[in-house]
Amino acid sequence: MTVPDKRVSTRLDPFVDAYAERTEGLKVSAVRALFAVANRPEVVSLAGGMPNISDLPLKALGSAIGGLIESRGPQIMNYGSGQGEEKLREQICEVMALEGIEASPDNIVISCGSQQGLDLVTRILVNPGDVILVESPTYVGALGTFSSYQGKVIHVDTDDQGIIPSGVVAATEMVRSSGRTVKFLYTIPNFNNPSGVLMSVERRRELIAVAQELDIILVEDNPYGLLTFDLPPQPALRSMDADHVIYLGSFSKTFAPGFRVGWVLAPPGVLKKLVLAQESATLCPPVFSQFAISEYLSTCDWKGQIEQFRSMYKQRRDALLRGLEDHMPPGTSWTHPEGGFFVWLTLPEGFDSDQLSARATSHRVAYVPGTGFYADGLGSRNMRLSFCFPTPERIYEGTRRLGEAIAEEAELRATFGFVNPCGSPSGLPAPGES
Amino acid sequence: MVQEVIVVAGGLSHEREVSLESGQRVSQELTHAGFQVTRADIEPSLIELISSRSGVVVFPMLHGGAGEDGAVREVLELLDVPYVGSTANACRASFDKALAIPQVERAGLPVPSRVILPHDMFRDLGASTLMTLIENRLGLPVFVKPSTSGSSLGATRVDRIEDLPAAMVNAYSYGQVAVVEEFINGIEVAVPVFDLGHGPVAFPPVEIHPTSGVYDFEARYTAGATTYLCPANVDHQTMEATMAAAVRAHTALGLRDFSRADIIIRDGVPVFIESSVAPGMTETSVVPLSLETQGESLSHMLAELVTLAAARHP
Repeated sequence: MTVPDKRVSTRLDPFVDAYAERTEGLKVSAVRALFAVANRPEVVSLAGGMPNISDLPLKALGSAIGGLIESRGPQIMNYGSGQGEEKLREQICEVMALEGIEASPDNIVISCGSQQGLDLVTRILVNPGDVILVESPTYVGALGTFSSYQGKVIHVDTDDQGIIPSGVVAATEMVRSSGRTVKFLYTIPNFNNPSGVLMSVERRRELIAVAQELDIILVEDNPYGLLTFDLPPQPALRSMDADHVIYLGSFSKTFAPGFRVGWVLAPPGVLKKLVLAQESATLCPPVFSQFAISEYLSTCDWKGQIEQFRSMYKQRRDALLRGLEDHMPPGTSWTHPEGGFFVWLTLPEGFDSDQLSARATSHRVAYVPGTGFYADGLGSRNMRLSFCFPTPERIYEGTRRLGEAIAEEAELRATFGFVNPCGSPSGLPAPGES
Repeated sequence: MVQEVIVVAGGLSHEREVSLESGQRVSQELTHAGFQVTRADIEPSLIELISSRSGVVVFPMLHGGAGEDGAVREVLELLDVPYVGSTANACRASFDKALAIPQVERAGLPVPSRVILPHDMFRDLGASTLMTLIENRLGLPVFVKPSTSGSSLGATRVDRIEDLPAAMVNAYSYGQVAVVEEFINGIEVAVPVFDLGHGPVAFPPVEIHPTSGVYDFEARYTAGATTYLCPANVDHQTMEATMAAAVRAHTALGLRDFSRADIIIRDGVPVFIESSVAPGMTETSVVPLSLETQGESLSHMLAELVTLAAARHP
């Protein structure tokens, strides 16, 4: 074969030099690629955070939405208000009242899931280089948003009561002394994703006091607050302070994520900016979805549905905890969440959850390695285990497979001197671990 | 009558995501070439699907595991259905580096010095002692990788002896046997080989320059993370030697239809690293780039392979 004289030099993407700096974090990784296997039916996926919505009243919902289209189709399939539909905002106030929030519909903007709410908040507040304080660990989707606006994330230590206020003070002083600005503190006080930790009421009061003293904004992300198992819903941070808290709410876990409807409750000045930002981003949040959810709230027993979700997720949580007790080796510890979707597990010293994920996949079980929940490279001994989607039997089986994978990994690591063959005590405790 | 093709992609290997992307690309190209294409995954309904389509040709685009170790092709042979690519026997020999490298070496091609050991040996005889022996034999740096895995999964370059244990653990995460090779310092190239019924022919080598310095999973599949030169920036004689080496490896391993040889050119001499029987066909894969540089369309080449496979089962 005659090889052509002309040489091509390519990076295979003609626009590779055109991308903004904020896309630098958008890369493929071997660990992320393993998630493709997690979707296979043979694999017990303890990885994803997908709600189990198979028990929703689909027939009633279908009739209600069908009726909406017949009666108000031209309206609900057209553009709407940038702030979102007023009736839905009124109903959201009823939902938030369950966690002690008194709010006006005027102070709410509807978003495409609370993820977009967080995006809008970050967009209007964060300049490149500004600091955002977060829990340790914190939601991977939030880290992605902060990264895309070139915010600098600093993790603050947490314990089994939630984020440690003295850590917030120390981090803020450190940042300010270096001439930088803390734009806000991002927190998931109820059943944190990924740790499952519930911030105590006392800790909430302390955090509010610190925020007031330091004059920093708290961004309270609360997708799981109504999904308590043995407790009543806890008072939201926003119920304690309307001036320093921007509240993010969502229907994704208490109803269904496919509608992509969430909301932001914010002080009036912030709200105005958020509405303008929303109009700039989407013109208006999805009108059809808003009407569908509004109809659901009007015509279905949504509180009863949440009760049903609580019971169902509690069974799954119990199966996971039982399985971990039965199958995890000595030196492993984990949190015992009283609600939400997630357990945070810490492997014995010498393990690496990124590396273990390949072996776990071979054993037909998947989880999310802990490093994804830190901006600073920590979390290598941790993993997030989700109990929301598989059946209790599958969850238990998943822990058995995970136990096998860890046992094999332990033998391998013992061979190369990373762990004691009999297991070793865990290192620093993770928040709320047993 | 339009030829029907079932492109099988996905599977349960660690390279599932890459396989799905390759399968999508191959499906698009074959559809463009006028075939009636069905995409399928490894699942219980696959056998029924294949059996129900008379005259169908299967195009396995499975990476890693059962896709490249011959297992799926063994099933296709059991079903007596024509398929594109190497036979089950050839795949078994080429996918396992412990078997493939000596086979290519026997054919006279330079290969890296290496030590191939299962985890058990380190456990039973003492890891520290064995690692010292390996260092004495191969020196540093070395390249550590699983014996049966692709896409650089589980592969690590080791420059310091204290980093060898972690690299061994990384490799054994993906398989029971690990290969420790001398590190070949040279020009890294990938060379597609196609055999359209007239003997294997090498296409222009693609020279690989990852921005990070290491051609790992991220560098392979993130557009922009690697600069590719095609044809490789080597003199005519080296070019010919490299292309000849790729063909020789293809032949030595008994491969069929198409393959991709990974080679490092050291001081003008091509050193064989490994061959793939299901080379990636994603947007960032090197085979389509090489064909394009040569003025061949991927669509046409894949179509030829399907036609060839169909003709094998008249």
